Amino acid sequence: MKKKIQLVVYLALACSAVQAQKFVSEKNSISFFSDAAIEDIAAVNNKCSSIFNAATGDIVFSVPINGFEFEKSLMQEHFNEKYMESDKYPKSTFQGAIAGFDISKKEIQNVSASGKLTIHGVTKDLTIPGTIQQQGDKLLLKAKFVVKLVDYKITIPQLLWQNIAEQVDVTIDFTFKPQ
Amino acid sequence: MKKHFLIVLALFFGNYLLMAQDDLMKELEQSQDKDTEYAFQTFKGTRLVNGHTIETKNKGTLEFIFAHRFGPVNGGLYELFGLDDAYVRLGLDYGITDNLSVSIGRNSVDKTMDGYVKYKLLRQSKGARNFPLTITALGGTAYKTSPKKEDALPGFENVHRLAYVGQLLIARKITPSLSLQIMPSFVHRNAVNKSFENNDDIAIGAGGRIKLTKSVAFTSEYYYRLNVPDGNPYKNTLGFGIDIETGGHVFQIVMTNTRGLTERAFLTETEGDFGDGDIHFGFNVTRTFQLKRK
Repeated sequence: MKKKIQLVVYLALACSAVQAQKFVSEKNSISFFSDAAIEDIAAVNNKCSSIFNAATGDIVFSVPINGFEFEKSLMQEHFNEKYMESDKYPKSTFQGAIAGFDISKKEIQNVSASGKLTIHGVTKDLTIPGTIQQQGDKLLLKAKFVVKLVDYKITIPQLLWQNIAEQVDVTIDFTFKPQ
Repeated sequence: MKKHFLIVLALFFGNYLLMAQDDLMKELEQSQDKDTEYAFQTFKGTRLVNGHTIETKNKGTLEFIFAHRFGPVNGGLYELFGLDDAYVRLGLDYGITDNLSVSIGRNSVDKTMDGYVKYKLLRQSKGARNFPLTITALGGTAYKTSPKKEDALPGFENVHRLAYVGQLLIARKITPSLSLQIMPSFVHRNAVNKSFENNDDIAIGAGGRIKLTKSVAFTSEYYYRLNVPDGNPYKNTLGFGIDIETGGHVFQIVMTNTRGLTERAFLTETEGDFGDGDIHFGFNVTRTFQLKRK
């Protein structure tokens, strides 16, 4: 009986420890770049948010599609209206876990995040390599990966002058602070 | 008993771990501020068929509009179904801010110069700020350079060449593919034939667009004149169009009973009767240039 109580106490403590090691995004930037025949396409989004649970490794991202800012406003309208259909699919999300992160180390650590990425209403399993660096009580997370438009059923209207690359390079740059 | 208890415990905490990512997602969603989402691309272009839409050009963008109406199709083979005639408007629209646009143009009908100021008063939005409609105010002036001064009738003064338009453009993007617009309109002409025309005309317009594919839409527009004097020979204007969007271009292929492309001409001086086959084919072709990068 004593053991049982001990176990419950340990588990309860473990769970509260889990609660205590959460980090929330303070600064966020998700950008993408695509090398297209006629003109390069680039956009940056600073309206994303994320929570990282350092104890379990669980991490979630939420990215509002209409938060991507382009140099050309017409491009931004087409991105939302024609490609991402942000009326229908307003958000992209990532739900996964980071492996390889050790909170006791202060140097840059190579980590990888595995989980489910949802873009344009399509969910895919994926593993993204990246780095985490601790700076005081903050965490700097950086990652780069490639998204193929066809994987997420993002279709390109085949009309006259349209010429858009079939994949984009996505760069993630986040700063987390303890919750 | 002890065993059972441990299994329940294990299930409970195991479940807790599996649920952790979902819970984290919920927590994230709850922590997010509710943003205001504005409706965008209610219409593909700044023109519906002949008249304006609620759309203004974004800040720093310039749009060149080449619009073109042929003669009526009931001219038959002799007129090559109207293709022998062509009425053109060349225009430029520029976005001073995201909500304020100005435009200038010249229409070959009556050799008319025109200028407009267009301001988005309210934007359809949801989220933190909820508003069901986009409302744009339009003010414009048109100046007929025809007839030449030396050909003008005695008593004709330059001020008689002027006409003005004021419109409230009210639209709602009901679904991503369906948008509707109504347009209460006022036209003042400085010189009219008082026996069958008013100086001040009031009309109410209605129109909309249905997207057929991501890049192709069907549009229509009708203006109903409310104070038509007895004996007035002019008709209400009706038009249909297909919008095709390709990158920086919008092609609008239209069918309408008017050849004019300024409000004075198409709201108050439309000669054609759609039902009798006075249908003009035409195009609006636009090209957008980003002059100032964001």
